[in-house]
Amino acid sequence: MIHWTAEQLDAFVQHLHAESYEVIGPVIRDGAVTYDAMEELPVGYGDEQEAGRYRLTRRGDLSRFGYNLGPSTWKQFLSPPSETLFHVREDLIHPVVPEATKRAFIGVRACEMAAIEVQDRVFLQGDYREHRYEQRRQQLFIVAVNCSQAAATCFCTANNDGPAVRSGADLVLTEVNPAQPWYLVEAKSDLAKALVSKVGGSPATDEQLDQAHAAVEAAAGQISRQLPRAGLREALFEALEHSHWDAVANRCLSCGNCTQVCPTCFCFTTREEADLMNDEVSHRRVWDSCFTEMHSYTTGGPIHRKTRSRYRQWLTHKLASWEDQFGVSGCTGCGRCISWCPVGIDLTEEVQILRKTK
Amino acid sequence: MNKPSLAVFKFASCDGCQLSLLDCEDELLKVAERVEIANFPEASSRMLPGPYDIALVEGSITTEDDEERIQEIRAGSRILICIGACATAGGIQALRNYADIEQMARDVYPQPAYIDTLATSTAISEHVRVDYELHGCPINKHQLLEVILAFTAGRRPRLARDSVCMECKAAGNICVMVAQGETCLGPITHAGCGALCPSFGRGCFGCYGVKEQAEVESFFTFMRYERGMTESQALAAARSFNANAPALRVIASDRKWGRRREDSPE
Repeated sequence: MIHWTAEQLDAFVQHLHAESYEVIGPVIRDGAVTYDAMEELPVGYGDEQEAGRYRLTRRGDLSRFGYNLGPSTWKQFLSPPSETLFHVREDLIHPVVPEATKRAFIGVRACEMAAIEVQDRVFLQGDYREHRYEQRRQQLFIVAVNCSQAAATCFCTANNDGPAVRSGADLVLTEVNPAQPWYLVEAKSDLAKALVSKVGGSPATDEQLDQAHAAVEAAAGQISRQLPRAGLREALFEALEHSHWDAVANRCLSCGNCTQVCPTCFCFTTREEADLMNDEVSHRRVWDSCFTEMHSYTTGGPIHRKTRSRYRQWLTHKLASWEDQFGVSGCTGCGRCISWCPVGIDLTEEVQILRKTK
Repeated sequence: MNKPSLAVFKFASCDGCQLSLLDCEDELLKVAERVEIANFPEASSRMLPGPYDIALVEGSITTEDDEERIQEIRAGSRILICIGACATAGGIQALRNYADIEQMARDVYPQPAYIDTLATSTAISEHVRVDYELHGCPINKHQLLEVILAFTAGRRPRLARDSVCMECKAAGNICVMVAQGETCLGPITHAGCGALCPSFGRGCFGCYGVKEQAEVESFFTFMRYERGMTESQALAAARSFNANAPALRVIASDRKWGRRREDSPE
């Protein structure tokens, strides 16, 4: 374990640039913390979140990771919202080869790291591996961050997905004392150890380890929302005809925002796009959502025609049948679907009601 | 094989949608290779007689003459495609549907007797069978190209009827409703514009009309009871480009609407 000053952290980011990494991390844009290609870490930003509400705030300190989660997810880089897979010309398939860039993600939170591991199961498990996703994953260097604060919409503790990073990251940071921050640095991979050694730092003292541990404990203590998982799968399957689905359908807009900000939702559709002379057809993959009409379309019409049926499909898949399909829950407790639902539907509240009554 | 013939017809409208075809500039010559532009007064005075394979119809029905002419156009067209908010929903001029047309004529014109109009502005589909509707005010030229190419190729156009939010999130925009508290009709509005207004930091006006399975009443109920939207603000939001769209009428007509958030069963 290493101790870094904020300056050493900033130097590390510059070192990644020097090592020809495409560095993706927090970028302030249009009133939110987003993830994008970045030069240096923004300083002193936070956020306030509630169901259907997000506000960027200035913390008045020197924190690099004082914000929680914005609407961006890392899936937009590993499995982009729109991507051309191949062209067909003169009856021949011409594949589009994905970019071969070394990438570093900076600031991956515990729930997000867990979500990446969920998507790994979706795209890499079993007989059919998604080779674009696989290539991007192999080229990826992950700098994760243990949270030292939580938003009102967070509930990672419900599934033990946070606030401390469990696995999967190359490097794990803990930010301590946001007024004059320093960082506990845990290099998990050999690559991380080599990169960290270029920046230096001092061995962390026992007292510093305690302080870092206390900061993460404090974040866990701030989490107010709950989504108890014991028996949840069975309870949801028993509640398929619950009257509360109608109550949710009275509020849900079927707009799809929850699925687009969810770090584990992976649904996509494909589109064939012909050029004007019908000489070339492009095969494009785009994000889809179980809240769209065509998602469940089969000959004769969509299976999930009404909002009630779409919401039920989403929630029961995410929290119940996902386990049957992939062996884990589809929810890591990031709370984005709560914050970014335009009408503030909160799945933790809905589940409580679905479990409590008939 | 003969090229299919294309004709463009106009009813009550601003011409903006048919201009989208001319706006195709780079693609227009290729379009002309695919179709015979047989009747398009905005572009050429050369007008070939019908019947036509494809008719693009812009504008809404606002006069008795319109009512007769759309029947003739339908009878003389193999495929009839409506383009734009006027043709698909009655357009901004359908605001008359919520007002007294005679009073309006008296207020606006010195000689109202010269005004020969129906009391309503209505969508083409309320008068004749329509093969396809392309939404928007104005329509998006890329979508128009897709529709023309699809019908000349004998396939269905591949245009999503999802929410604007789907395009907005794919574009990487920050939700103006959640992060800025703006009123944005995106969650109930038909995609197709590429989330144009939210991409410039303002809420969607809903000019593409309502999406499929649009929860219009749920949206306005939320805005009214949880975001402090007044009834007159709701009325103004619903009474714009698509005021006469059936799904918006419940708000636009100022009838009783708005369920309070239902108490959850205990």
